[in-house]
Parts: sequence; structure tokens; C-alpha cells
Amino acid sequence: MSLDEFFVTGDPMILASQIAIALTMVGLVALITYLKRWKWLWSEWFTTVDHKKIGIMYILAGVLMFFRGGVDGLLMKAQTSRPEMGILDAQHYDEIFTTHGVIMILFMAMPLLIGIMNVVIPLQIGARDVAFPKLNALSFWLFFVAAMLFNISFVIGGSPDAGWTSYFPLAGKEFTPGVGNNYYAISLQIAGIGTLATGINFVVTIIKMRAPGMSWMKMPIFTWTTFITSIIIVAAFPIFTVALLYMSLDRLFGTHFFTVAAGGDPMLWLNLFWLWGHPEVYIVVLPAFGMFSEVIATFARKNLYGYKSMVYAVAGIAFLSMLVWVHHFFTMGNSAAVNSIFSLTTMMIAIPTGVKIFNWLFTLRKGRIEFSTSMLWALAFIPCFTIGGVTGVMLAMAAADYQYHNTMFLVAHFHYVLIPGVVFAVFAGLYYWWPKMFGFKLNEKIGKWHFWLFVIGFNLTFMPMFFVGLDGMSRRMYTYAESTGWGCMVRLLSSWFLNNGSWFRCTCLQYLLEFPLCVTESRK
Amino acid sequence: MSAHTSRFPWNLLVGFVLSIALTLLAVFVTFYTDFSSSVILWIIGAFAIFQAIIQLFMFMHVTEGKEGIINVINIVNSMILALIIIFGTIWVLTSGHAAM
Repeated sequence: MSLDEFFVTGDPMILASQIAIALTMVGLVALITYLKRWKWLWSEWFTTVDHKKIGIMYILAGVLMFFRGGVDGLLMKAQTSRPEMGILDAQHYDEIFTTHGVIMILFMAMPLLIGIMNVVIPLQIGARDVAFPKLNALSFWLFFVAAMLFNISFVIGGSPDAGWTSYFPLAGKEFTPGVGNNYYAISLQIAGIGTLATGINFVVTIIKMRAPGMSWMKMPIFTWTTFITSIIIVAAFPIFTVALLYMSLDRLFGTHFFTVAAGGDPMLWLNLFWLWGHPEVYIVVLPAFGMFSEVIATFARKNLYGYKSMVYAVAGIAFLSMLVWVHHFFTMGNSAAVNSIFSLTTMMIAIPTGVKIFNWLFTLRKGRIEFSTSMLWALAFIPCFTIGGVTGVMLAMAAADYQYHNTMFLVAHFHYVLIPGVVFAVFAGLYYWWPKMFGFKLNEKIGKWHFWLFVIGFNLTFMPMFFVGLDGMSRRMYTYAESTGWGCMVRLLSSWFLNNGSWFRCTCLQYLLEFPLCVTESRK
Repeated sequence: MSAHTSRFPWNLLVGFVLSIALTLLAVFVTFYTDFSSSVILWIIGAFAIFQAIIQLFMFMHVTEGKEGIINVINIVNSMILALIIIFGTIWVLTSGHAAM
């Protein structure tokens, strides 16, 4: 293999990234050597089994991946901001929406939440560490290696390009013969094993290591949601492991699990993917619900309204999460009975979720509300998430879904669920628990700028997508004609391009600039 | 402890006898009856499940001790999940597009 087959060549943006990556690596090595920090880094961080340090490394990696996924998002938005834009070609656009999806779910949302779980859960239940500290470190390094492997795909060998769902037959080797989708199969396998180990770790920690006297119904609500999330992880991730194994065998060794030829069935991939994929959505959103519950109760200065109903609602969501997967592919042409049953189970999820929304609202009622930064994130979450939830019920109706399926309406819906549900929660949680990690509070003034820019930018970005979606714009289209009429709407979208930029600028400022500032302050 | 050991372990004996009886019954149904092979499979499958339950209760004491309730919840949960995954997949993949 010659060198120009090994590296991706021919695109100036990718060339720039390759140079930037090389310079950053050289720079980092030089900086660490200059500061004589190698030994410290090795003994204090790389080989640590301390849950707090592992949690902090998870969070750092998650913020890094948030940046990478965010740049992918910005590129997509730049490309679709006007009709017939030429920033990205079709192949490059496919690669970018694929990596954006995978990175944001598996390498941004998961590590940020697991990081906060790592820091907070042992403290909340009064344990010295998690049940299996070495396994915990192994989980982190499996995740980290998987994330890095996935991330180099765009400069070495070529990115996966079949969407974050990697549907067969497109993801099969007949249609995508390059190495791109092998990166998907193998790096997600590694990350998945790490996550599974984390799930087991937290189930055992929470069952076995609670302080004496902390009975089940006395556990903090974040511990509850983490516990139930871990159970879903243990239930759902093995399905993904098996599906990815079949995918690897199909792609690398020519088996026929998901091919059209030789008796395979591409729909089996969709089925297995979403059997894991739907619970995965709850895996990322349930710990977030727990964080919001803690934050809202604290800054409303009241006990959480309806603690028990909250616990039952989370358990109900966990149970239903395994019963709804077909709603992701109503349009596969299934029988009326299948589609109706899965419509019903999907709509049933709105009931426990609604219970939780009302619990938060009643917790706020007559509370002495303090508008701290983390409370602001929690307050913004409620209306934004409700929009996402209600549009979800629209999508849950199988008959109507034939209209909405794979349009920008769907894209807007899941961004309205996942960004308030996960990103807002992570921010709320970080502001809230930051002193537990670093011993000082984050600056409220910068925090409020961060909050307002992010929330306004988020709404300006994704609200118009509902409307272009209803006008018929499909997702994953790298360009469109002027005559579609989407341009006008999308030009409105392009205005948030700026706002979007400010999200990331602000987030990065917050963490990059303020962090050393605060460290020096706290040392005075 | 001494009171525990001096008592005759009736449930162990019952479990042992039932296990042997179920195994012999399975042999009998397989070799000495005229049912079709699918019926035989269903019958011996039912015997196997029954025997698994006997083993869990009589010998492995799933319901006893501090972790009894957790064990039972765990087993029931795993079985529900396995059934959902297996029968859900078969149903979804055979009822619609495959029938075309």
C-alpha cells in the first residue's frame, strides 16, 4: 500500500486537518516534555483508578468530542445554508453527517454523562469508589481508544459514510467497499464493551455499596436514574455487540447476515440496531433527567415533588424502552398489526415522561427559585424538551410517519430531544457539581453568557428545521435546487450559523480560558 | 447450624427424585411414543423448563437469603428481555416485507 492510499488525499480541508493534527501532536509532546510532566501524567492520570479522576478524563474527552462533532455540524450547516453550495461534495457530506451522529451520541453524550456519574455517584451513596475501580479505568481507556480510532478515520483510510445508523445494504461491502465502515464496526465494538463494563460496574456499586441506612427509596434521584440507566446498558448493549460482530463478519469475512444475496436480511440489521438504539436514547436521557431533578430541587429550595412517582416513571420508561424499536422503521413496509402495536407502545412512553415534566413543574411551584446558571439550564430544558417530546408523539403515529420519515422534521425532533435532554443537562450538572470536582465555583457571569448564546443559538438552529421538514426537505441531502423553495427558509437557518458558532466559541471559552483562571484564583 | 444439619433435607430429596423422573420421562417420550417430532420437542422442552425451575428452587435456593429477591428480579427481567428480542424480531421480520 502506498502512502497516498493510506492517507486521505485530494481535499484541501482534510489536508489542513492532517497538518493541524500533526502540529498539535508535536506541540503537545513538546509542551509536556518542556514542562517535565510525563511522569506526573503517567502516574497521576493515565494509570489512575480514582473514580473522580476517571470522571474528569471522561468529561475532558467528551468536551473534545463535542468540539469535533460540532465542527462536523457547522460544516453541514454551511453546506446546506444555500441551494447548490459547493463547500462539500456528496461523498464528503455523507462522511460528515455519519461521523457527526456517531461522535455526538457515542463519544460526546455517553462520556460526558458517564463522567458525571463517575464523579457523583460514589459521593452520593457514600462509597469510597465504584465497585470495580480497575474495570472502571479499563472502561475509560476502551472508550478513549475507540473514540480516537473512530476520529482518525477521516484522515487515514476514509470515514464511514453510511449514516450513524449504518443501514445495510449500503453499509455492506458491495456498496461501500472502502475501509470507512470497518472503522464504524470495530471502534463502536470497542466502545460498546467499555460501556457495558461501566453499566455492570454501576449496577454493582449502587446495589452493594450504599451507605448503611440508605434504603432504595432514600437514594438520591440521580443515583436512581443512573441505576436504571445501567440496567438498560446491561440489557441493550449486548444486542449491539452481536449486531456489530455480524457486521464485521459480513464486511471482513464475506458472511451473509445482512446481505440481500445468499439468504441474509438487511432488515435484520435495522431490527438489531434499533433494539439497541432505542434503549440507547434512554441511556443518554435518563441520567440527564436525574441531574435536572437534583438541580431543580436544589435551586427551588424544595424537596423534589413526587419522588416515588419519579422513580416509577423512570422504571416505566426503562421497561417501555425495549418495546418501541420498530418506530424507527415504520416505513419498511410492515403489517398494520406491527405498526399499530409499536405506535401504541411509543405513545405510551409519553405518559411516564409527562409525569416527570409535571413533577418538575410542581417542584418549582411556590419554590424560592434562585436563577443560578445550572438552574437556568434546567428551566430552559423543560419547554425545549417538551417541544421535542410532543413532535415525538406526532412521529409515533405510524400512518403520519410515512409523511415525516427521514425529513428535516425528524432531524429537528431528535435534536430538540437530545440537546435539551443531554447537553443542557451536562451543562447544568457541570455547573452544579463543578465545585465537587475542582474545589471552586464557575463564574456566573460567563456562565450566563454561555447559557443565553447557546439556548438562543440552539432554537434558531433547529426550530426552522421543523418547517423545512414539513415542506418536504429530506435529511442527508447534500444539496437542493433553488426551485424547491427551501432556500428562503434555509437562508434563515444560515443566520444561526453565527449563533451556532457562538455556542462552541462560548463553550470552549468557558472551559479553556476560565479554567486556568479559576485554578490560579483558587490557589491564592 | 446443628439444627439445620440434623433436619432431614426433604426438599433436596423431592428435587432429586423429580429431576430423575423428568429425565426418564423425556427419554420415554422420545423413544417410546408415536408423536410427531415437533410435538416431542415441545413436550421435552416443557420438561426441561420445569426441571430448570426445580433446580433453581430446590438446589440453588434462588429465593432465599439477602439476595433472593434481586436474583428473582434479575432472572425474570432477563427472560422477559430474551423473549422480547427473540419473538419481537421474528414477528417484525416475518409479518410484513418478507411475506411479499
